[in-house]
Amino acid sequence: MELILIFFSAAIVNNFVLSYFLGICPFIGVSNKISSAFSMGLATTFVMVITSIVTWLIYHMILLPYHLEFLQYVSFILVIASLVQFVEMFIKKVSQPLYRALGIFLPLITTNCAILGLALFIVLREYTFVEGIFYGLGAGIGFTLAITIMAGIREELDLADVPEPFKGAPITLIVAGILAMAFMGFSGLIT
Amino acid sequence: MKNISLIKEYSKGVWKNNPVFIQVLGMCPTLAVTVSAINGIAMALATTFVLLFSSIIISSIRKIIPAQVRIAAYILIIATFVTIVDLVMKAQFPELSKALGPYIPLIVVNCLILGRQEAFSSKNGVLRSALDALGMGTGFLIALFSLGGIREILGNRTILGLQIMPDFFEPWLIMILPAGAFLTLGLLMAYLNSLAIKTKKKEKALLVSKFIIAKNKFKIEAEI
Repeated sequence: MELILIFFSAAIVNNFVLSYFLGICPFIGVSNKISSAFSMGLATTFVMVITSIVTWLIYHMILLPYHLEFLQYVSFILVIASLVQFVEMFIKKVSQPLYRALGIFLPLITTNCAILGLALFIVLREYTFVEGIFYGLGAGIGFTLAITIMAGIREELDLADVPEPFKGAPITLIVAGILAMAFMGFSGLIT
Repeated sequence: MKNISLIKEYSKGVWKNNPVFIQVLGMCPTLAVTVSAINGIAMALATTFVLLFSSIIISSIRKIIPAQVRIAAYILIIATFVTIVDLVMKAQFPELSKALGPYIPLIVVNCLILGRQEAFSSKNGVLRSALDALGMGTGFLIALFSLGGIREILGNRTILGLQIMPDFFEPWLIMILPAGAFLTLGLLMAYLNSLAIKTKKKEKALLVSKFIIAKNKFKIEAEI
C-alpha cells in the first residue's frame, strides 16, 4: 500500500515537471511532436529507475559507511553521466529498434535535472531500496505523462493564431501554467 | 578600444543576451525558487559564485583538458564548487538553505553554467571569462529578482518581507503556487518580446523616413 502511495504521489500529485520544476529543459525543448515526446519520456523513465537503484546502492554502501557524504553531488553526477553512456551502448547492442527510437534522446538525459533531483530526493526522504525504485518509476511515468500532454497541446497550437510577442517560449510557459493548475486538482488525493 | 570590448563582455549578459529572458537557460531554478524575492537573490548569488569560479578555473586550464572528456571535466569542477556553496550555506544561512532545499545541489545541472563553459570559457582567457560569468550572473539576478518580486508582491503582499500592498488587497494564492511561476514568466517574456518588436519597428520606420528624406533631397538637387 505504501509503495502504491509513493508511486502515485510521484507520478500525479507531486508531478516532477509541474510542481517541482525538474526537467523543464526537455519539457520545453522536446515537446513539439507527440511521438518524440513519448520516446523521450520512456527513455527518461528507464534511466530514472536505473539511477534510483544505482545511486541508492552507492549512497548506502559506499558514501555512508566511509562518511563521504560531502562527495554526494560529485559522485552522483559522475555516476549518472556514465550510466547514461552504458545504457546507450547496451541498448545499441541488444535491441536495434529500441535504440533507433530512444537513441538520440539518451545523451540529452544526462543534463536533465530531473534525474539528479530524483537521486537527491531519495536520499533526502530516506526511502528504502524498494521505495526508491517505486519513486523513480512514478517520477518517470509522471514526466512521460506531462511531456506527452504538452506535446499534444502544442501540436494543436501550431494551427492556432498566436499573437506575435507570445510566439515560442512564452506561450509554452503559459500552457504549462494552465496544465499545472489542472494538476493542482489532484492535490489532496493523497495526504 | 580594448576597454570598450571588455565592458561589452560584461554587459552583454545583463540585458541583450539575458540568460533567462533571451536564451531561456536555467529554467528549473528560475521557476522553482522565485516564491519570494529573497530566495531569488540567494539562488542567483549562489549560481553566480559557481559560475564565476568554474569559469576562472576552466579558462585557465582550458589548454590541458582533452577535448573528448571536457564535459565530464567541466561537470566535476562545477560540482566541486556547488558542494562548497552548499556546505557554506548550510553553516551560515541554515534557513535559506532549507528554503532552497535540493535546488542548491541542482545548480550542478543548471544548463546556464555548463553552456557558458562550453560556449565561452573553453575558448577565452581568464579575465574575459570572469567578466562574462559576472555579466551572466547579473542577468540571472535581474531575472530572478524581478520574477520573485512580482510573485511575492501579488502572492504575499510583501517585498523582501516588508508589506507594501494595503490590507484590503486579497493576496493571489496562485502566484506562490507552481502554476503562478509558469504564468508570470510567460507573461513577462511576452511583454519583453513586445517591447523588442516595438523598438525594431521604430528603427525600421526611422530608416525608411531617413531614406525618403535623402531621396527627396537628391531629387531637389537634381532639379536645381
